Amino acid sequence: MIRTTLALALMATVAAAGSAEARDQIRIVGSSTVFPFTTRVAEEFGRTTSFKTPIIESTGTGGGFKLFCQGIGVDTADISNASRAIKKAEVETCKQNGVEKITEVKIGYDGIVLANSKAAPELDISLRDLFLALAKDVPDGKGGFMPNPHKNWSDINPALPNKRIEVLGPPPTSGTRDAFVELAMEGGCNKIPEIEALKKTDEKKHKAICHGMREDGAFIEAGENDVLIVRKLEANPNAFGIFGFSFLDQNQDKIQGSKINGVEDNYENIASGKYPISRSMFIYVKGQHVGVIPGIPEFLKEFTSDKAWGPDGYLADKGLIAMPEAERAKWRKDALDLAQNVSM
Amino acid sequence: MSNEPLGGLATAPQAAIGRPIADVVAASLKSRYASERRFRLYGLAAISFAVLCLAVILFTIIRTAIPAFTQTMINLDVTLYPQEIDPEGTRDPETLSRADYQRLLRDAMDDLFPEVTSRAERRALFAMLSPGATYFVRQLVIDDPSLIGQRVRVQVPLSDDFDQLAKGRIRADTAEAERRVSDKQIEWFERLRSRGMIETAFNRTLFSAGDSRSPELAGVWGSVVGSFWTMLITMVLAFPLAVGAAIYLEEFAPKNRFTEIIEVNINNLAAVPSIVFGLLGLAVFISFFGLPRSTPLVGGLVLALMTLPTIIIASRAAIKAVPPSIREAALGVGASKVQSVFHFVTPLAMPGMLTGSIIGAAQALGETAPLLMVGMVAFIVDIPGGPLDPATVMPVQIYIWSDAPERAFIERSSAAICILLGFLVCMNLIAVVLRRQFERKW
Repeated sequence: MIRTTLALALMATVAAAGSAEARDQIRIVGSSTVFPFTTRVAEEFGRTTSFKTPIIESTGTGGGFKLFCQGIGVDTADISNASRAIKKAEVETCKQNGVEKITEVKIGYDGIVLANSKAAPELDISLRDLFLALAKDVPDGKGGFMPNPHKNWSDINPALPNKRIEVLGPPPTSGTRDAFVELAMEGGCNKIPEIEALKKTDEKKHKAICHGMREDGAFIEAGENDVLIVRKLEANPNAFGIFGFSFLDQNQDKIQGSKINGVEDNYENIASGKYPISRSMFIYVKGQHVGVIPGIPEFLKEFTSDKAWGPDGYLADKGLIAMPEAERAKWRKDALDLAQNVSM
Repeated sequence: MSNEPLGGLATAPQAAIGRPIADVVAASLKSRYASERRFRLYGLAAISFAVLCLAVILFTIIRTAIPAFTQTMINLDVTLYPQEIDPEGTRDPETLSRADYQRLLRDAMDDLFPEVTSRAERRALFAMLSPGATYFVRQLVIDDPSLIGQRVRVQVPLSDDFDQLAKGRIRADTAEAERRVSDKQIEWFERLRSRGMIETAFNRTLFSAGDSRSPELAGVWGSVVGSFWTMLITMVLAFPLAVGAAIYLEEFAPKNRFTEIIEVNINNLAAVPSIVFGLLGLAVFISFFGLPRSTPLVGGLVLALMTLPTIIIASRAAIKAVPPSIREAALGVGASKVQSVFHFVTPLAMPGMLTGSIIGAAQALGETAPLLMVGMVAFIVDIPGGPLDPATVMPVQIYIWSDAPERAFIERSSAAICILLGFLVCMNLIAVVLRRQFERKW
């Protein structure tokens, strides 16, 4: 019995060594925010064409670019999902490893919402007040900074409810956290004159103040799982949660989004850019793999069709905020021409 | 100091000079019984607490999971127009699979609701059907092309929102803006229901399909098959290696500093966090050997490394439990060392080794962290056909579903947990049965 198992093991190893040469399905890596959309397109693509369904790994935007920029060849990824634009350093890495043709395709927008249970009143908060509620250090009024003293929302602004500040949000590894810090926290802290002045004199300090989230229990890192945050909000009407718009969209009977700067976080406001905390989502395509891995142009064609990413498309049903007509046309053209629109 | 050899016990009666020993015993008896009772009570409390926790967890998971085992279906009368499906009448499977079944389904819905004409309303109407409904019709036609030209009754799934509506998880009495289905759609749904066209059926898709972004089309089968291939590779590699290592270390290896170091390291390896094995797998199997990412082969290799120490430790314990008299008797009747080990010791230790292996395998079956690094945490629709096809495993499937925004995925992840628990219970049962059947008491 031992002899046969050993033989089997040997066979498996030998079989493996000879494989990994050809690959007939697209491999996609990257952001977990873009994952629900890319997977939906991949499924449609696999079912309606003769190509195999692409394989999509959820690695996070940064992890995705790491894999994407590893080099060219069948053992590297063809497409990378990203919830932010590619960074200069990542382009450099790509270039060093021989990835020289990259097409950037913007696929739409995602709003980040501050939501709470329907059992509690709706919140209307400015970015400035939101910053003052969640920042680690706030101005002490004497030109310096002090640890955030605000216990209740009403300590910041008497118009806000007299309730303890309790916000559940994603951990620093999450792209949603990055975007929230960049758009909401930084947007809010620049509304405070003494911090904005800091930007010119001490950029490092400015960043530290603007990007520092409270660690005294008012802001709670609730893990990457947004479903869990939604459930916690249902159970605790005093708490607020920070997550992507699609989770609000699916749970509108239980939770409500807060108005930010007086703007409601609905589809129209995010699409028009009125809602301040929204970000663009991208996919990046490795030009050198087109023609080597079958189906890449066809996949892009499916992705950029109005039936997928249009305002009435199946991605909008999953919570994607579609781009306006003209913008879609521009990115569709780039995608179909495989334009090298990332400067190397 | 002179009564020291008598030990501590003797000092008690001596301290109570004049009282008979029976009195001393009787006096302490009460507190000794009380302490025993207390200890039993603590034990009972601990066990009851553990059982209660387990019961609560199981109850919540099963209660959440139950709706996932049914799926709301609609019975539609679809006319399979030959000019739409196969205009040339060739009955070529390729043509049949490419036909526009979406249109046939829309025609069927239009027949039911002729008054719905505006584009927006028709969109809302067709949104009631699952995007996968077309595949059901297509499969029907491919299985039996003679149906073309007939009007057939097809059972197709409703989309997840209407499934949730039928199950009462989306409530019709909430304000229209707060739910994903409109008043109009609820009205249509009620009309269909009153005509008896809506039916709750056993959710076969859950057990036969791979992953999908649409809850009503998603199933665990892809990940079950992925788990099977991964476990096969794991056990084929880990079992012989671990048993061999255990036999050598226990029976043949000289006892010196070198083997001691190996022994300590094996024990340490059993305590290494599993993600470390994933990093190792990424560096060695994928980057160095160039094995394909996301495949059961790489996942199996990584999990084999992870289970090796567990099996080695269990196997060594099993070999140690075989009494030396067996070895000596074997040697005494003229068997060589190798013969005594392989003809007598190993067979007697085998039940213990198998038990250890099954427990190791059960541990590997529930593992996700190391697989993250080798690319097995991925969206994979196709059912893997072998260890070299991209695949995912059951715990990963649960992880992916539990992170999906659609409400119907909540019950499906609980259902997947139930299925995984079922497999684990089965494996542990096999371990118990093996032990009962073959274990020898000495």
